[in-house]
Amino acid sequence: MRAVSVEEAVAMIPAGASIMVGGFMGVGTPERLLDEVVRQQKTGLSLISNDAAVPGKGVGKLFDAALVSRLTASHIGLNPKAQQQMLANQIAVDLIPQGTFVERIRAGGCGLGGVLTPTGVGTSVAEGKRQIEVDGTTFLLETAMRAQFALVHAFLADYLGNLTYALTARNFNPIMAMAADTVIVTAEHIVPVGVIAPDHVLTPAPLVDYLITNG
Amino acid sequence: MDAQTIIARRVAQELHTGDLVNLGIGIPTLVANYVAPDLKVFFQSENGLIGTGPIPEQGMAHPLLTDAGGRPISALPGASTFDSAMSFGLIRGGHVDVTVLGGLQVDAHGHLANWMIPGKMVPGMGGAMDLVSGAKRVIVAMQHAAKGKSKIVAKCTLPLTSARPVNLVVTDMAVIAFPNGKATLLETAPGVGVGEVMAVTDAELVIPDIVPEMKI
Repeated sequence: MRAVSVEEAVAMIPAGASIMVGGFMGVGTPERLLDEVVRQQKTGLSLISNDAAVPGKGVGKLFDAALVSRLTASHIGLNPKAQQQMLANQIAVDLIPQGTFVERIRAGGCGLGGVLTPTGVGTSVAEGKRQIEVDGTTFLLETAMRAQFALVHAFLADYLGNLTYALTARNFNPIMAMAADTVIVTAEHIVPVGVIAPDHVLTPAPLVDYLITNG
Repeated sequence: MDAQTIIARRVAQELHTGDLVNLGIGIPTLVANYVAPDLKVFFQSENGLIGTGPIPEQGMAHPLLTDAGGRPISALPGASTFDSAMSFGLIRGGHVDVTVLGGLQVDAHGHLANWMIPGKMVPGMGGAMDLVSGAKRVIVAMQHAAKGKSKIVAKCTLPLTSARPVNLVVTDMAVIAFPNGKATLLETAPGVGVGEVMAVTDAELVIPDIVPEMKI
């Protein structure tokens, strides 16, 4: 793990990159990283995020600045700007069930080719996907999903990069921290090694590439 | 009693001590207000919490403790938090005893459509498809009709949420279940006659000899 400034970290992300961003309706989202992505005007992003949050908050800022060209999410109904951009064909949107969304990322981070899920069988979600029967039950084959960058927000990060999360701000963060080539982390608090007890570490330090230093 | 209160009160009677329950947004959220105080029910919020509590008092909200809509909530003693893989493992894995969801249409066989209206409303399915696939019991809480049109239809014209039929539909007029794959009228709302329910139900309804009134 290397501790870097937010400017330096975001400068590593090229325009058109695939990024997965933690958070659920803007809760548990690395806001400082997103503010800097907007400031550096990283265009044409391929965004993997559970939802589109709301304008002005979380990944909603990326839609405000029209930086997204492709979105994979489970729900965008609370962000009218993302909806407008989708209906105007400015962004290509792939909407997938939330449990499938997280399992595809988990598979991507765990070296699996995909997962078999009953969710979506017999619905429009099944179109074009392989169906596999196991012991009499039909499942959809949902393939693994990874990104070039994961932008993760933790509650505590220690000097080595061990992470822990708070309350409902955990959500997709520890799963995404497994599933990207480069993992960049912001934390509410940076603390000395040992403050997070081994049993409470949810993302072990070797998974973290860059920790954003306090401003 | 208004339509939403009738529905929420009746659905609340379906919950039992020890149940792990997931409530969708809209009318389902109101169900928590009518659970008898002696019932010990666990409510899950799919963004990563079991043991959701009421909206915190003014000035007590925590920005990292919200419901799935991003609104501040509290956590009850004994609550637990987890990531989204665990949350949907609980849902898909059959660990959620009851889910209560809103609906746009339910058909004569119990199939639910509740996540999009093509060309009009394309919000995404969020957790709805996983909940209908995996929860032990699926209850739909919705108005019987919208703008004069029945929401209990012969066949769903909107995209389905799951191929799995729901277990129970509770509306402001009726309680309907699907034994043997057939919509069957179990109860009517107070003051509502069987004929009135049939008049605003497009699906064919099985009418048992005795159809009691809801006790709410």
